[in-house]
Amino acid sequence: MIRSETLAGRIVRFGGLGICLIITVFPLYWILITSFKDPGTIFAYPLKYWPGTWSLENYRGLFDQSNFGVFVANSLIVSTVAAALATVVSLLSAYVLARFEFVSKGAVMGAFLVTQMIPGFIALGSLYILMTRLYLVDNRWGLVLVYVAMSIPLCTVMLRGFFENVPASLEEAAMVDGCSRLSALFRVLVPVMTPGIAASYIFNFVNCWNELFLSVTLLNSDSNKTIPAALNGFISSYNIDWGSMSAAAVLSIVPTMILFAVASRYIVEGLTAGAVKE
Amino acid sequence: MSLTETDRPPVQPPATRRPVSGRRRWSGRTALVLLAFMVPAIVFVGIFTYYPLLSGIQMAFRNYNLNDLSDTSWVGLDNFRTLLDDQMFRGTVANSIVWVVGSLVPQFLIGFAMAMWLRRRFRFRGAYQALVFFPWAVSGFLIGILFRWMFNGEFGVVNDLLMKSHLIDTPVPWLADARYAMISVIIANVWYGVTFFAIMILAALQGVPEELYEAAAIDGAGKVRTLFSITIPSIRTTLALTVLLRVIWIFNSPELIFGMTGGGPANETHIVTSYMIQVTQEGDYGRASAMGVMVVFVLMLFAVFYLMAIRPRPSLPRRKGLA
Repeated sequence: MIRSETLAGRIVRFGGLGICLIITVFPLYWILITSFKDPGTIFAYPLKYWPGTWSLENYRGLFDQSNFGVFVANSLIVSTVAAALATVVSLLSAYVLARFEFVSKGAVMGAFLVTQMIPGFIALGSLYILMTRLYLVDNRWGLVLVYVAMSIPLCTVMLRGFFENVPASLEEAAMVDGCSRLSALFRVLVPVMTPGIAASYIFNFVNCWNELFLSVTLLNSDSNKTIPAALNGFISSYNIDWGSMSAAAVLSIVPTMILFAVASRYIVEGLTAGAVKE
Repeated sequence: MSLTETDRPPVQPPATRRPVSGRRRWSGRTALVLLAFMVPAIVFVGIFTYYPLLSGIQMAFRNYNLNDLSDTSWVGLDNFRTLLDDQMFRGTVANSIVWVVGSLVPQFLIGFAMAMWLRRRFRFRGAYQALVFFPWAVSGFLIGILFRWMFNGEFGVVNDLLMKSHLIDTPVPWLADARYAMISVIIANVWYGVTFFAIMILAALQGVPEELYEAAAIDGAGKVRTLFSITIPSIRTTLALTVLLRVIWIFNSPELIFGMTGGGPANETHIVTSYMIQVTQEGDYGRASAMGVMVVFVLMLFAVFYLMAIRPRPSLPRRKGLA
């Protein structure tokens, strides 16, 4: 133990941690119970800290009054595809950057890291013009391409770390046995690195799922909008319908929270996956 | 691109390699395969990240307004000059400073306290961390929406709680009143960022060798003395780098503001980056790009000076600590 703790110290410590916990969890709790309140009781005094009757009316209203089902589907399609594509592309580049020395390696790594310091929305205007020229404005696949580019640098850096945990002798043995480099990568290395790859995929997915400004700029018709782009429309209206708004917020937060809870376990596994270390 | 092997035996037969300035060279075929592996990543990032960035820079020096594209001539520094004369822009610069400092300092202090409290093991510590760190999974935009609802002037829970505890008598229109709007978004941002500091500082604290504390205890150092003579010097580098990352990140995160106030009321909560996005949405790409160039330039300058300032002085005895 660091040093024996007095009773007063204990009270301060657990009191502090308790307050932090309550304050952290409360906003989530509040949006959850708001979404399950009967629409009439959301705007009624006194405020209820526990819904008298649980109701799914807000969720029903959300799907009836807007195309929320379409937005969810769009978000799922865009995030799933973009995260998968980014993970595969990053797997290839991370492999090269982890295993080989070459003249321009530092430049490539530097170019990737610089994109992490500059926010993706800094060149929103010129990106919009580029996408117009490519006929990819208001096109979900266009957004996928942009998200892939957005995800590659950090994903490459993460996967590069995971590659360094796997000995090169593994794929070299496969190649001596007649595998090509590509099939050695996918048949031998990828199975060993599954936890790390899964964590990287989830990381990409959550980032794409949450992205706001690119989707707002590049998508404008309701049939193409993702959830953040749609929510941006909801909150721009003069009178926000907080009943369906809270339901929408819950539906967009919960998937990412579940994925992150899963991913954190994978990341721990990824770090301890050095079982084959030389 | 010439590829050389790092530290492992070659796969190719030795005859296909020639020594190049002390390094072994891969065969042309392997080099081609590895180049092919790199190309997709470089093409994606090149087209959709670097091309817009670079063409954004030239746009900053042109008259480029989507609403009137008849004249997109070069205007030199005009966009920058207009901005510096613009009362609104100057206001967003001041707001950005308030936003960054006002968010950073409480985040740092509360995060530090949390990390100190979490350092000692206790039952359910893992579960506690998982619960407390959940904001990480949520976007700033949604956090903004959550807090917009809680700070609602009529039916917001914040007013309700404050009135129940008799801290205020009448509801405060948090987000509609210019006096309170900035404080409100900063409160939300502090809430959002505390856990980042807590995680980074906790990780650093766990790397401080136990013997240092034992030695301090033997020497009779009190709690405060231990904090300032052992703990903080040991994790100094982590603290300094975390602060730098956070400054850049907070400056560049207008999502929360968009979700919570949209920059209002009367642009009182706009920071430079959120104003930049609004100007982009209005179609004035020239002016928006000029802002982008300024943001990147200023942040880079800041990072360089900051890193120079925190570099450990060689004359001081260096403590063995966690980097």
